[in-house]
Amino acid sequence: MKVKYKNKHTVFPYLKWLIIGDNIFKIISALFASTILLLLGLMVYELIKGSWLSIQTFGLDFILGTKWDPAISKVFGALPLILGTAVTSAIALLIGVPISLGVGLALSEYIPKRYGFVISFLVELLAAVPSVIYGLWGMFVLIPFLRDYIYSHIRALFGFIPIFSGPIYGGGVLTAGIVLAIMIIPTVSAVMRDLFMIVPNSQREAIIALGATKLETVKTVVSYTRSGVIGAIILGLGRAIGETMAVTMVIGNRFQVWPSSLFDAWYTMSAIIANELLEATYDLYVSALMNVALALLFITLVINILSRLIVWRTLRLVRGIAKE
Amino acid sequence: MAPKLEVEDLNAWFGTKQVLKNINIKIEENAVTAIIGPSGCGKTTFLRCLNRMHEINPDARVSGKVLFNGLNIYGNGVDPVMIRKKIGMVFQKPNPFPMMSIYDNVVAGLKLNGVRDKKSLDAVVRRSLELVNLWDEVKDDLNKSGASLSGGQQQRLCIARALAVEPEVLLMDEPCSALDPISTAKIEVLIRKLAKTYTIVIVTHNMQQAARVSDYTAFFYLGELIEYGPTKQIFENPKHELTEKYITGKFG
Ligand SMILES: Nc1ncnc2c1ncn2[C@@H]1O[C@H](COP(=O)(O)OP(=O)(O)OP(=O)(O)O)[C@@H](O)[C@H]1O
Ligand SMILES: [Mg+2]
Repeated sequence: MKVKYKNKHTVFPYLKWLIIGDNIFKIISALFASTILLLLGLMVYELIKGSWLSIQTFGLDFILGTKWDPAISKVFGALPLILGTAVTSAIALLIGVPISLGVGLALSEYIPKRYGFVISFLVELLAAVPSVIYGLWGMFVLIPFLRDYIYSHIRALFGFIPIFSGPIYGGGVLTAGIVLAIMIIPTVSAVMRDLFMIVPNSQREAIIALGATKLETVKTVVSYTRSGVIGAIILGLGRAIGETMAVTMVIGNRFQVWPSSLFDAWYTMSAIIANELLEATYDLYVSALMNVALALLFITLVINILSRLIVWRTLRLVRGIAKE
Repeated sequence: MAPKLEVEDLNAWFGTKQVLKNINIKIEENAVTAIIGPSGCGKTTFLRCLNRMHEINPDARVSGKVLFNGLNIYGNGVDPVMIRKKIGMVFQKPNPFPMMSIYDNVVAGLKLNGVRDKKSLDAVVRRSLELVNLWDEVKDDLNKSGASLSGGQQQRLCIARALAVEPEVLLMDEPCSALDPISTAKIEVLIRKLAKTYTIVIVTHNMQQAARVSDYTAFFYLGELIEYGPTKQIFENPKHELTEKYITGKFG
């Protein structure tokens, strides 16, 4: 039986409301989206306002200075913090990226899909664990373990290299790097897995038919998405730089230009803000901490935008080619 | 003349579903053998069993023998990677590597073999692209992406890529199905040219194409080889009723 619909609204009276509802929904989402931009703008504004005193007082010396003396001379220089952030993040990438690459490849290339999803689920669950939990675990499990079973051996073997010498506390630069690595692995490997999964099978078959081994096939998959892989790494870098709680719990929080070894304590930008803001008793001190925050926000924003752009561009490119 | 490929009692499965049943066929050297049959009858699967591509699907299974120059490619200790180097493949949909240049596409297989010498790579690129009649069209754009070419050019690039590793057999799975008539004609001429030095097995849905390019034709139906013989005989004087129905288009 065929029914001729004069007007779909008379047949489905609720559809009209759905369509109106749809428009209202669009407007509301647009409002929310612009709210986020507004919030970001306000945040930047507040940070600049809060940092103004410090910017006026120290200028560029704030970034290049190596002295942080709130008690007597009231001079603030953030270079050691910037270095601490850079080095711990670099260690995190050095350890975390190869592992993430391995996990991503295992999930997309090696493990059959029907088991892979369980691991995928666990990986994503790990990404959702609050960072203070990682910090606690770092303090109570990782630090004693590394101190007693790993660091002493490393020092015994490689102690002649300065970075592996000196006293071992358990916490410190290397521990912070390791905790950060563990924290970025879930996100980075999930992004890498997604990238590898969208590589069309026809690409794998093309190289296999030319006589590629499994390893060579996997290399082809990685090279197919290489720009996205770089984006995923930068994404991990962004997380490592901004991470606060877990780092401050394990790094030792000592302000010094350069640590004596990887086992020594150090400080990062985010850690000093979390630790000293409540103790900051006068305006310039607070402003200096705000200034650190401003620099941190700037760095993480740039890095995040960059990485998202790269990942997004690759996904789009690869999907486009896959569709053709 | 001994056959290049001798298939004996070949069976293939996807999971529990049997898609090839007891195939026996001898494929002649330096000739074009066409595989025809209705959609889903197992043509692609058969082709992929000839260079051990079938097994890369985790559900796939094979039994039987495929003798390549007398050696069973499914024998113990035979490395599928070596087999695939000797028995090349061209797919239905052109699949050049889009992140590589045209040049790198052609030499991708050679690089797997560890060839690094620029001079010999240059020579191979030129020879392979000339063989597929693509050299004149792309010689000034060798650094452009493989994806920048037209569909027909991409397919010829894929053929060049397969030929660059100097296989003895070339398997082609409906290589023209995504192409326009002019590109198709070019590839058909190319297939005839290649048949002088290569053994070619081509799957096609196009009866005229099978008649034009092949020396032998095999008709598959529901996973079985129904009839096999010289192309002329299959098309002019088929012995089996099903074959006749299929080539005259009287098939449901
Ligand atoms: N990856 C797969 N998993 C499960 N079954 C498959 C798979 N690929 C093919 N099949 C099944 O195997 C049978 C043979 O498929 P095959 O692709 O070999 O057919 P074909 O003759 O090449 O068809 P066409 O002419 O449409 O390309 C079909 O019934 C198909 O449903
Ligand atoms: Mg097919």
